[in-house]
Amino acid sequence: MAVKKMGLKQKYAHLTRGLDWETTYEKMDDVFPYDKFEGIKITDWSKWEDPFRLTMDSYWKFQAEKERKLYAVIDAFAQNNGQTNISDARYVNVLKLFLTGISPEEYQAHRGFAFTGRHLRGVGPRVACQQQSLDELRHFQTQCHTISHFNKFFNGLSEFRTMHDRVFYLSVPKSFFDDARTSGPFEFMVAIGFAFEYVLTNLLFVPFMSGAAYNGDMSTVTFGFSAQSDESRHMTLGIEVIKFLLEQHPDNLPIVQEWVDKWFWRGFRLLGLVSMMMDYMLPKKVMSWKEAWEIYFVEAGGTLFKDLERYGLKMPKYHEQATEACEHISHQLWGLLYQLSHVAGLHAWMPSDEDMDWLSEKYPNTFDKYYRPRFELWKQQEAEGKRFYFNGLLQLCHTCQLPMTFTEPDDPTTTCFRESEYEGQHFHFCSDGCKDIFDREPEKYISSWLPIQQIFQGNCGGPTVPDVLKWYMFGPNDGAEYVGSEDHKLWESWKNTTTKEAAE
Amino acid sequence: MPVKAIVENYKDFNPHRDLPEQYHGNLMVYLYWNKHMSFVAAMAAPLPPPTPFGALPEVAKSVYGTHPDFEKIDWSKVEWTLDGKPITPDFAKTIGEQGVRHKSLIRFTTPGLNGFDGKYV
Amino acid sequence: MAQIASITLYQNDEARPVMEAILQDNPTARVLNMPGAVKIDVDDELVINRATVEEKLGSEWDCQQIHMVLISMAGNLDEDDDRITLSWKH
Repeated sequence: MAVKKMGLKQKYAHLTRGLDWETTYEKMDDVFPYDKFEGIKITDWSKWEDPFRLTMDSYWKFQAEKERKLYAVIDAFAQNNGQTNISDARYVNVLKLFLTGISPEEYQAHRGFAFTGRHLRGVGPRVACQQQSLDELRHFQTQCHTISHFNKFFNGLSEFRTMHDRVFYLSVPKSFFDDARTSGPFEFMVAIGFAFEYVLTNLLFVPFMSGAAYNGDMSTVTFGFSAQSDESRHMTLGIEVIKFLLEQHPDNLPIVQEWVDKWFWRGFRLLGLVSMMMDYMLPKKVMSWKEAWEIYFVEAGGTLFKDLERYGLKMPKYHEQATEACEHISHQLWGLLYQLSHVAGLHAWMPSDEDMDWLSEKYPNTFDKYYRPRFELWKQQEAEGKRFYFNGLLQLCHTCQLPMTFTEPDDPTTTCFRESEYEGQHFHFCSDGCKDIFDREPEKYISSWLPIQQIFQGNCGGPTVPDVLKWYMFGPNDGAEYVGSEDHKLWESWKNTTTKEAAE
Repeated sequence: MPVKAIVENYKDFNPHRDLPEQYHGNLMVYLYWNKHMSFVAAMAAPLPPPTPFGALPEVAKSVYGTHPDFEKIDWSKVEWTLDGKPITPDFAKTIGEQGVRHKSLIRFTTPGLNGFDGKYV
Repeated sequence: MAQIASITLYQNDEARPVMEAILQDNPTARVLNMPGAVKIDVDDELVINRATVEEKLGSEWDCQQIHMVLISMAGNLDEDDDRITLSWKH
């Protein structure tokens, strides 16, 4: 007798629900001790649906195929010296920021989903979390493997693991994930699954990977889009967790809304680093940060939140401020890197005249008025042989851990300062969003490891700047101005060789 | 609102990492020059409480001294705020005596100096 | 205003039959080409029919093979053996 092939829905039911059981000689609450303390009420775990209905057997099959394709491309890139065909060596600084600032967070996400999957008592989300945990590990590995090829030629990549744990600007992504991973499992799911993966991740991967494609970096495009195909599944998990929590009990709404508000703002601050990559670091530009924000937040996010209105969930608090700030943040953050690159593990440079004209066109309301004059001042100083660097330590936001560089929502010529008192101490914030996050849980954030504070406390290798940079494991040629750097000289030597050979 | 935690004694696991006594006798002081937006953020300096207020221009110079406006500053005309409140500092007295605490923010405005090209840069 | 259901696919040969099937079965579809990727927007609901993809491809296609070419999407997803739907309808 021929065995009839099971349909997708039937197979999913057998390979998830069919494999679960109620414990008998240990109490369920003892086996799953973490899924109640956050105040979330779940009445029926079986209502969880994975709309992709992806079971572990299919998961392995598809992931194996993705891996085979990806590694074939990575090999081809290395064999063909793909690094010589990128648009410009400035581009490699994007990879430095990515490998030191994003790849370690893939690993943090792997750990976080492994924990969350273990501690949710519903089998549907447990399977989905297990898949996501494995995906995130895969992303970390493939990113290391891909970028390791660039490490053979360029500075700033070799000590990325240590750098991630120590370097001042890398505490921005690190503290974001530390915060998520020290939350309960539901908050973690809303933070990473919903706010980050669903609402914001398109802004990280789609324009960035398109940027890699446009700048001749075939290997990075491939790992990026290979990761992004997993990301679609993660987005589905993220939206599913929101719907599930809101359908389970009306008491969940205010808790979920607070998490959405918090993690939207934290994600927005983190993605500021991407705004700078898109507007300033890609030698050939794909779209502006503002355009990407319009497509992926204003339009796609607007549609999403309109759909979620039926549960009473509102747009994240301060989303108007975030949209308004899109006119500014990439310029402010490139200014930050420009003047701090001497204490960074990557290079910065003066935008070319063409780049500045592109920025004027993309940011007609702000670039010429507020930001072009900064570059003009710095250009003048460069011409006088006094390339501008910020020669000291600076004030950080206690929540997002970025330098306090952002401006008042209605005044780009005034830095935004917000402050709270807790247990007799001052705490400073870059925005209303970051202040609210602290004020909601001050007991948590008093323990934040703020890099500048830690330098003053004597915990970062010594009292002088060279001591700290050594402790960061920066090489002597990793940072400062791009023009004249080893990377720059290497690139020029490649280009000259090509021209000479072509002429012969 | 208190943090929701799985243990009752959450605070025992989560100490302050930013108390004055962790700074070897110094105050961490933030110094910010209004309307000079080309500087990324307020500078941070570890200063002992007996530092005279009059030493602050020299402290500021270490970072802000690269700006063409800096040498034009008439310090007798500078307007100061400490943690949001206007103050008239006595340069001869110490910062500790004049209310500067750990992580105080001192902002100064330089009348007539509005940045490069008058553009708050 | 219509809510936009959207899918982003690789810009490659494997994704092309899927893209063609979407354009055929969703008359209001709009295409945004980016380096390496293509984003397709449809008002309210976007449908991918297995039968149409198979017709374009000239061989069998399993809906779950979408995972091999998918970059991103927007809309509530439903997937079974015959079709994938991204929709804001309830």
